[in-house]
Amino acid sequence: MPATPKNVPEPSRTDPALIRNFCIIAHIDHGKSTLADRMLQLTGVVEQRQMRAQYLDRMDIERERGITIKSQAVRLPWAPTEGAQQGSTHILNMIDTPGHVDFTYEVSRSLAACEGTVLLVDAAQGIEAQTLANLYLAMENDLKIIPVLNKIDLPAAQPEKFSEELANLIGCEPDEVLKVSAKTGLGVEELLNKVVAEIPAPVGVADAPARAMIFDSVYDSYRGVVTYVRVVDGQLNKRERIRMMSTNATHELLEIGSNSPEMLPADGLGVGEVGYLITGVKDVRQSKVGDTITSLHKGAEEALGGYKDPKPMVFSGLYPLDGSDYPELREALDKLQLNDAALVYEPETSAALGFGFRVGFLGLLHLDVVRERLEREFGLDLIATAPNVVYRVLMEDGTEHQVTNPSEFPEGKLAEVYEPVVRATVLAPSEFIGAIMELCQTRRGVMLGMDYLSEDRVEIRYTLPLAEIVFDFFDHLKSKTRGYASLDYEPTGEQSADLVKVDILLHGDKVDAFSVITHKDQAYAYGVRLVAKLKELIPRQNFEVPVQAAIGSRVIARETIRAIRKDVLAKCYGGDISRKRKLLEKQKEGKKRMKMVGAVEVPQEAFIAVLSSDDGGGQSKGKK
Amino acid sequence: MPSALPDGEPVPEDGALPGHALTGAAGRPLGFYLHVPYCATRCGYCDFNTYTATELRGSGGVLASRDNYAATLTEEVRLARKVLGDDPRRVRTVFVGGGTPTLLAAADLVRMLTAIREEFGLAEDAEITTEANPESVGPAYLQALREGGFNRISFGMQSARRHVLDVLDRTHTPGRPEACVAEARAAGFEHVNLDLIYGTPGESDEDWRASLDAAIGAGPDHISAYALIVEEGTQLARRIRRGEVPMTDDDVHADRYLIADEVLAAAGYRWYEVSNWAAGGRPEARCLHNELYWRGADWWGAGPGAHSHVGGVRWWNAKHPGAYAAALAQGRSPGAGRELLSEEDRRVERILLELRLREGCPLDLLRPAGAAAAARALADGLLQEAPYAEGSAVLTLRGRLLADAVVRDLVD
Repeated sequence: MPATPKNVPEPSRTDPALIRNFCIIAHIDHGKSTLADRMLQLTGVVEQRQMRAQYLDRMDIERERGITIKSQAVRLPWAPTEGAQQGSTHILNMIDTPGHVDFTYEVSRSLAACEGTVLLVDAAQGIEAQTLANLYLAMENDLKIIPVLNKIDLPAAQPEKFSEELANLIGCEPDEVLKVSAKTGLGVEELLNKVVAEIPAPVGVADAPARAMIFDSVYDSYRGVVTYVRVVDGQLNKRERIRMMSTNATHELLEIGSNSPEMLPADGLGVGEVGYLITGVKDVRQSKVGDTITSLHKGAEEALGGYKDPKPMVFSGLYPLDGSDYPELREALDKLQLNDAALVYEPETSAALGFGFRVGFLGLLHLDVVRERLEREFGLDLIATAPNVVYRVLMEDGTEHQVTNPSEFPEGKLAEVYEPVVRATVLAPSEFIGAIMELCQTRRGVMLGMDYLSEDRVEIRYTLPLAEIVFDFFDHLKSKTRGYASLDYEPTGEQSADLVKVDILLHGDKVDAFSVITHKDQAYAYGVRLVAKLKELIPRQNFEVPVQAAIGSRVIARETIRAIRKDVLAKCYGGDISRKRKLLEKQKEGKKRMKMVGAVEVPQEAFIAVLSSDDGGGQSKGKK
Repeated sequence: MPSALPDGEPVPEDGALPGHALTGAAGRPLGFYLHVPYCATRCGYCDFNTYTATELRGSGGVLASRDNYAATLTEEVRLARKVLGDDPRRVRTVFVGGGTPTLLAAADLVRMLTAIREEFGLAEDAEITTEANPESVGPAYLQALREGGFNRISFGMQSARRHVLDVLDRTHTPGRPEACVAEARAAGFEHVNLDLIYGTPGESDEDWRASLDAAIGAGPDHISAYALIVEEGTQLARRIRRGEVPMTDDDVHADRYLIADEVLAAAGYRWYEVSNWAAGGRPEARCLHNELYWRGADWWGAGPGAHSHVGGVRWWNAKHPGAYAAALAQGRSPGAGRELLSEEDRRVERILLELRLREGCPLDLLRPAGAAAAARALADGLLQEAPYAEGSAVLTLRGRLLADAVVRDLVD
């Protein structure tokens, strides 16, 4: 194994010609983290005995779910072992990119920090939709693409087939596709050599005012916000004062340096270099991805392009199951926001659920991750309402409403309702074309086109209302294609649609948490299904409880939960008393997990049921 | 008594009670429950601690047999004497239950009673009950019990219908329990109970009315009527799971209960506990022993798996007759575990037990949240108005059917 090369240039004193900035584009499970591990070992920056799997993925949740949310940059010294640059030590900055559709903007900023990318694809599975989307992003950014098939040691690997597929996509020859096994390390050395040989060195103006682009910003409870930057022009030096160009906020550089892979302070960062800086800010929103950093004195006039504020696309109400946990929920959201500039929330009150927050997310994964972290890291029991999108409602009187919560859908005369739409791309084996098209049609999709990537794999493009994919589309897609399909989507605007609000009434009272906005043609089926499900999930009470679905004042579905008539143990003698008391304690615990909606006790599962759409639920009746 | 034992702390080897358990004991009645863990066959719905083998061996080869069972149990009565020390109380009630106590010779049951009389003495008006299987007793047997001191007898009638008895695996002939009542009267028993079960799969409202009529016709002074509980692990639970017999709906149980209360009330029987009715509402027709359970009195439960309660300490014996006999043979307490009730435990138990009684539970046992719940229960028609006004929570007929739900709210 090659050891760390000698004479490694230090940060701030590295010739840009020796720098290679690259990232790895890969689908979840295609082996990006394992490949990164091998690179860390091969370049000697992590000693063998300190190595652990998926070294760079810090958060437990990331490691458990096998996904990377937060990117980082690692400075790797590498002297190519063959070719023209053989023996000359280069600096490779490997920038880790998030792998999911919700974080496209963060991905685009990571790509903007690079000159080239390794396109890593599982040799047994071929390219997936998100990888393809990121590949297109990389191509738009004029990055040099190095195609790589991973896991060629797997018996199921089909390197010829997928080499062909990659070659078709990026316009190279199939034999230019590198074949590696990140697991065994096969081909990784060759890949590092190729990074040096093929990826262009960064080009910038060394004596211009400093301009550095933020491509990531991470909150660390010990150090505050750690900001990852790529210096484009000029130089940033330690202890100088800097300015964030989008907000004009100024900070002092408390520390600047690079990661190899732990943080290592340096004197500064020069043209083309990648590293971190710490200013003492405590909130990632003060150090936003995409923003440009310049020196306070004699700083740049013009920011680098491409900065956008993250915009939430999906909203959900989050409520503590136990109302007294509300302050804890607020505190937890505050803490998460330190590290998640895309997370927005504001307090809201639900008649059914009490005090909670309406929380905006970039997408569904973002929602899942946030909810899971709230429950796991902060120990909160939460009820989340069905996710919804943002509607723009035009009234006949000319007023306009932005609706982020279905229960706030305006009453009265509506002129037009607009919903966000996305352009969705599905990649799948061609045998599933029919199933995919059928699914997209039922979700009000409009087909845009279809292309064969290889003989038996297709790319299908649809315009779909975002609302139709925010909750169970992906699950259905997976089950209809035996797990083979992959999905990517990007917002493309909005469309006018015939949308109505369906309310659920429990014992005559509207339950705001159950209200949904749906297409008129789907409203009836939705109402019938939900009412049947609630009847099954809500235990019988001491009184009869009608469950109704209504559009405005028109009831479209109704069920009745019969009153419970018997709830008494027949026998209670000497030996029964302890058991009975313990049963009572258990029942009290169970009761605590119920939400009182008016006079009706509603179990948590009922709220969750609104989210799921499995068809089994509505079928069996009257079991309770 | 259900067969599963609760979790608890260990019982000291000598069975000693914490000192506070006997504080104020003189003011509380003391009863004895004697468990006989033998049956000729196991009924499909039964999960009680009972065995059909006549001989069961414990560790160390100690033999627990039906034939020497009275002697084994007598040893526990002597242990009770030691544990209760100089407690001067005479025993107010004795209740022999099972299993099938009448699988033992009448002389054995009398021997066990004699042990209590010798060690503790019986109160002058003591109530001495045994459960009895209609097929295993006759006039001579009943005569022997009566002469030996028993004055109350409880027959497991369950139903008057053959097809219902078949589902329950009860082998007695319809009509036999009613005949037993007459035989018991002839033998001099003043107090006779018939146990009925409703809601057995396959039973109709008509079947249930017929059973009630038959029981009333026999003229016992006490009738118990229990909804069939299908316990996990029983043969009946398996048959229901396999779809061989239908599960009875809770609403049917509710209907049958209403029928029972109506028919029994019309015949002059008045409820005094959710599942128990006494002829003419006479206090002496009630089962005094069961009232000890419901009013937090002291009782010593002797026999395998039996539960005891003395002054806030509950304990329970080893379940298996072999293990039980082995402990006594080695001079150890057969207690397998116990719990010391906290003030709050005792408050909760009082509510859950006393609310089931005709006299109800005092409202001043309730905390503010429970009191508010009681006011709601009153408004919902689950509690009676007149007693409420006088400070007691007493269930209405509908409230009795929802007693557990009311308890859950009242203990808040």
